[in-house]
Amino acid sequence: MHRFANPARFLRMAKVILPYSSGIAVLSLAAGLWFALAASPADYQQGDSVRIMYVHVPSAWMGMFCYVAMAVFSAMALIWKHPLADLLAKATAPVGAAFTFLCLVTGSLWGKPMWGTWWAWDARLTSMLILLFLYLGYMALINAFDDPERGHKAAAILALVGAVNIPVIKWSVDWWNTLHQPASVVKMGGPAIDPSMLVPLLLMALGFKAYWISILILRGRAEIAAQKIRIIRMAQIHAASRGE
Amino acid sequence: MESVSTLVQMGGYGGYVWPAYGISAVVLALVLVASLLAARKNEAELEQLQVVRRAGKQRNAAAQAAVPTDALSVETKE
Repeated sequence: MHRFANPARFLRMAKVILPYSSGIAVLSLAAGLWFALAASPADYQQGDSVRIMYVHVPSAWMGMFCYVAMAVFSAMALIWKHPLADLLAKATAPVGAAFTFLCLVTGSLWGKPMWGTWWAWDARLTSMLILLFLYLGYMALINAFDDPERGHKAAAILALVGAVNIPVIKWSVDWWNTLHQPASVVKMGGPAIDPSMLVPLLLMALGFKAYWISILILRGRAEIAAQKIRIIRMAQIHAASRGE
Repeated sequence: MESVSTLVQMGGYGGYVWPAYGISAVVLALVLVASLLAARKNEAELEQLQVVRRAGKQRNAAAQAAVPTDALSVETKE
């Protein structure tokens, strides 16, 4: 893992990967939208409202995936003082927050016609809302200190403590039998949905994953540049105070 | 034309399906634009700082090469 710790190497790899990740994101989202909105059938119970699922479910997966990534990066930063891990954790947070927000909004837009309510204090919905707050807390905390080192450390600890919420989200539908339906794709015995609906779901999920990689590269580059700027400015202040 | 209107109506769920896709597109586009702008801004600022620093170093090196060492030491004392 330490092979990737070097910012120069990250920047070299990022340059190679970015065109591919962006290309895959555009192509699979375009194909995914075609299947999601036109080429897939309406559900026999839900009608065309089922099409909301093709953004809702991949957004939920990404909201959780980004949090796990953020927690793993944070652990690497705390344990091995990995110089890039903090920056990548910080770069992932807004993407995860955006997907979690979209999961909640699209779920609400599906819930109104199907459940008859925009919102319910169901276990799955509530734990997903907590995930959004964890992201917002992380982003507020990491910028709350004058010394970026302290901000990174405090936020990394929050990310790790909050990771307990991830299994709660995953199994909330089994532990508490309230409103939200249980899993139908990632479950024992294989997916319980028709291939005509699985195709748009997986294409959208692939597109979102590639989108995350592209954003991670862009934000990682921004963070690395910001860190170098800070170092140069500190050296300048240091030099000025010595009267050079 | 009929297929367009069926696409818009979404079997009566158009008012829920289209906002879901619209909001998703807007939010993801905003995150993308913000990330692009941040990368571009920080990298341009860093580039500028590095150009200034390199020019400063070259000037110092040129001055040290051109001026005899005793003259330089007088200059720095002032």
